[in-house]
Amino acid sequence: MKVGLFIPCYVDQFYPQVGIATYQLLEKLGVRADFPVKQTCCGQPMANTGCEQDAKPVYRHFVDTFQGYDYVVAPSGSCVYHVRKHYDVVEQTGAVQHVRQATYDLFDFITSVLGVTELPGRFPHQVGLHLSCHGQRGLHQANESEMTPVRDGQLSRLLRSLDGLTLTELSRNDECCGFGGTFCITEEAVSARMGQDRVQDHLQHGTQVLTGGDMSCLMHLQGIVRRRQLPMRVLHAVEIFNVALQPSGTSVSTFVPQSTTAERV
Amino acid sequence: MSHPQRAAAFTSDAERTTWHDETLWFVRQKRDKAVYAIPEFQELRQLASDIKEHTLSRLDEYLEQFEQNARANGVQVHWAADAEEHNRIVLDIMRGVGATSLVKSKSMLTEECHLNPYLIKNGIAVVDTDLGERIVQLREEAPSHLVLPAIHLKKEDVGETFHVHLGTPKGEKDPQNLTEAARRHLREKFLIGQVAITGVNFAIAETGAVVVCTNEGNADLGVNLAQVHIACMGMEKLIPRTADLGVFTRLLARSATGQPVTTYTSHFAKPAEGRQMHIVIVDNGRTRQLGRPDFRNSLKCIRCGACMNTCPVYRRSGGHSYDFTVPGPIGAILSPNIDMRQHSSLPFASTLCGSCTDVCPVKIDIHAQLYKWRQIIAQEGELPVSKKLGMKLLSSVLARPAIYRFGGKIAREGLRFLPHALTHATAFNPWAKARELPEAPKQSFRDWYQQTVK
Repeated sequence: MKVGLFIPCYVDQFYPQVGIATYQLLEKLGVRADFPVKQTCCGQPMANTGCEQDAKPVYRHFVDTFQGYDYVVAPSGSCVYHVRKHYDVVEQTGAVQHVRQATYDLFDFITSVLGVTELPGRFPHQVGLHLSCHGQRGLHQANESEMTPVRDGQLSRLLRSLDGLTLTELSRNDECCGFGGTFCITEEAVSARMGQDRVQDHLQHGTQVLTGGDMSCLMHLQGIVRRRQLPMRVLHAVEIFNVALQPSGTSVSTFVPQSTTAERV
Repeated sequence: MSHPQRAAAFTSDAERTTWHDETLWFVRQKRDKAVYAIPEFQELRQLASDIKEHTLSRLDEYLEQFEQNARANGVQVHWAADAEEHNRIVLDIMRGVGATSLVKSKSMLTEECHLNPYLIKNGIAVVDTDLGERIVQLREEAPSHLVLPAIHLKKEDVGETFHVHLGTPKGEKDPQNLTEAARRHLREKFLIGQVAITGVNFAIAETGAVVVCTNEGNADLGVNLAQVHIACMGMEKLIPRTADLGVFTRLLARSATGQPVTTYTSHFAKPAEGRQMHIVIVDNGRTRQLGRPDFRNSLKCIRCGACMNTCPVYRRSGGHSYDFTVPGPIGAILSPNIDMRQHSSLPFASTLCGSCTDVCPVKIDIHAQLYKWRQIIAQEGELPVSKKLGMKLLSSVLARPAIYRFGGKIAREGLRFLPHALTHATAFNPWAKARELPEAPKQSFRDWYQQTVK
């Protein structure tokens, strides 16, 4: 199985520790991923702004980069959703169709392809899960509250399987955080207010570590947490799993996430 | 003014924003409870969507069938190509019977056509009889929601409005007392109404009857007391058969307010002895929307307002921030069809979270259509220049790995070494008004990978 690692542009530049954790976690699960260095971005920022035409060269570059892999795995449901859903505007060559089908969100890959729904490890903290809309409503990685009261999903299942981890019960289980790509700038007032409301829900219900599957939502929420100097760590879920699944013999029970951006590289 | 500007004005009152958000979230939760209680709810949605798509695919045939059956029932049927013609038809009917007073139950179509100001200018006394509509009418405001037109107002605001217009005691804010005052006031208006206008929730092709759903019974009271009933409908309101109606009445109230059914579901088929009934069928841009393959299924909308209640942006920006008769996500996909330039900011007033699509009882892919309108708005040159150029630049960087790598390094170094006051200057970085930027690391992931793995 040839797995290509897609590390979204802003993760590559600003959250390398998330990329590293993704690489290392896959390694611990027996997958040696390859990172083709010519990769850049999925093109979503332009397309969501209405500039799909401008994004086409970026789409082609993405397909060109990843067409030789059996699976393309990314720690971001949003970018994956974009590749799968919106790469329909370029010519549907065999390569394009293959890449669209082969691109997986990391936790979807772990759950659906690797068949892993429980992870051994320990993370003795109260964790608040932010469900990112594109992963949840777009890729159906978790139940939508619009459809059913049952709160289940790939990521919540994996998190619950860790020893010592308590998952926060929120008032609003799956409300959008308000990041929304360029929305966070063009609709700054509403975007910030939405993020503040999400953070408040977590704060009220005891979240110590705020996590999720998409660093873009978390970057926005972390920006609010840090501005307000709140007692809450923000970590991508892959960072939690990578720390919890230390090789045997290493103690993880004393792990306390040190800063809101985790370890510097 | 664009949506972001009006939204920023709304959110600047943080307390009221909280109240508005929580009030509508409460309605969304009531909807959820009602939906969870119906095991076949998703099947009903599919059925409703299929019936509507079928009807839209043969709209011409069903419209003619409807007209024929309505005429056979003794109803006078009128066709209006646009708002202006609709308004003129209503005025002509009123003049024809020498009427000067009109009572009107809830009708978003007449709002869309701006009927009230037109009639008032022509000497007609118009009274909206839906309580929420009456409140906003007294305040000379537009409704801010499809089914909850005065949801932007608190009971204190209503008390003040009624004090000024209906003479209730200053400071009265008890909902029971205020409703009683409105009731007494409206009863007088019902008694003198010569003509009654109603909206139409569903028009049934096989019978020529129209169905009006209300919670207050004001449509029935108006119609039964007046000599003339005018039912105004958009041409997309058709369903083929009476047997189809149950699918929609089960969905409508549950989606709108969480009620199993509206208090009144009134069928109007023919005029009473010695009275008149008219139906005005309005296009006003609907044919154009029907001709847009990507957007035609927005015409399936049954105006339940669920997409507004669930929309995290609507709840925090208020209905008036959309500056269009139909606010919220559905308004944002209907409005560019009417005037793309004027409403060009509305398809961007969304995070594309998709919740609107998931609650829509007739399965309109609202968030997908928002995305598609964005593409058209950009192609038509309606994007702000900064956005347009910024995206062109970004695309050219992201298609070239070396430039991307270099640009990323510059951005990180800038963030690391420039003073915080500069990187977080809100004058050119709106992000920083309420948020910190991420701390920039020395190394990118690819730097680490190439050093450590390769």
